[in-house]
Amino acid sequence: MNAQHLIDFSLHLADNTLVLGHRNSEWTGHGPILEQDIALSNIALDLIGQARYLYQYAARLMNADGGNKQEVLEDMLAYLRDSWDFRNCLLVEQANGDWGKTILRQFFFSAYQYYFYQELESSRDPELAAIAEKSLKEVSYHLRWSSEWVIRLGDGTEESHARMERSLDDLWMYTGELFLPADYEQALLPVDIAVNLTTIRPLWEERVRQILSQATLTPPGAVMQKGGKQGRHTEQLGYLLAEMQFLQRAYPACEW
Amino acid sequence: MEKQHNWPLWEVFIRSKQGLDHKHVGSLHAADATMAIENARDVYTRRMEGISIWVVESKYIHASNPDEAASFYDPANDKVYRHPTFYDLPDELKHM
Repeated sequence: MNAQHLIDFSLHLADNTLVLGHRNSEWTGHGPILEQDIALSNIALDLIGQARYLYQYAARLMNADGGNKQEVLEDMLAYLRDSWDFRNCLLVEQANGDWGKTILRQFFFSAYQYYFYQELESSRDPELAAIAEKSLKEVSYHLRWSSEWVIRLGDGTEESHARMERSLDDLWMYTGELFLPADYEQALLPVDIAVNLTTIRPLWEERVRQILSQATLTPPGAVMQKGGKQGRHTEQLGYLLAEMQFLQRAYPACEW
Repeated sequence: MEKQHNWPLWEVFIRSKQGLDHKHVGSLHAADATMAIENARDVYTRRMEGISIWVVESKYIHASNPDEAASFYDPANDKVYRHPTFYDLPDELKHM
């Protein structure tokens, strides 16, 4: 393990939450009903809040590592890196689609985060352990909220069921990557900093199986996509970054 | 034309950390009680307003009629003896 592994791992966690937070924030003002608009915006804020802690930590590590002429700031990590620098998993960058697809994406990721953070709480890295502990309360609610919606829509009307089936077809192929350790995760595993993904995989699978079966949905057999954790993304991320980063790139260091 | 959002209306009551009673804070739409409580959490407790939530479907709230206010409330006007202000309190009793 070296310092770069820990930086990469922190960035991976930060990018996951920033990208999904940004995706969810795209719903703000467009939610199907005011109450749910607020619910999803709250989740977006939770995720972006988690991203901030993680970027701040990554920035501290990068500055301590030296070699940077300029001091690294959290905003630079969010707004001035290109898509190949982002280490988020492919699932979170997928376009919102309809409400059902957004819900299902949230459910898959929240279930993952729920078990992931429980393990990360006992990481040997005290900073990451503390962030995990704080975030777990938020994630528990995200999981509860998204689970109920998956059941409601899957086991709802013919129309909502059909849409959820379609979302499942669109998203399932991006769930495998969640449990494929990237090189930095493998390097951090023997020193008890990263999370052992083979431990949480069966927990995630059981939870997902339970909820999907209540929702009368069946996951398709699909070839799993991968690459996001190592910076190889779907085209979706480019569009997202173009919008999210526009202001900082057009007006560098602009504050408001 | 069919209404786009026909979820029923719910009244929300929140108990704050210091408060003993649940206070009415507003209303919202939800498909059922579970969703109503979650919506209340998301809409009305974002700034740490409460630690307990009650919801009740608005249609179950029965209200007095404002037109009957005179006969309902005015008769209490001239009955000051109903207030406990006519007792002599012992000096040892403070803060009454």
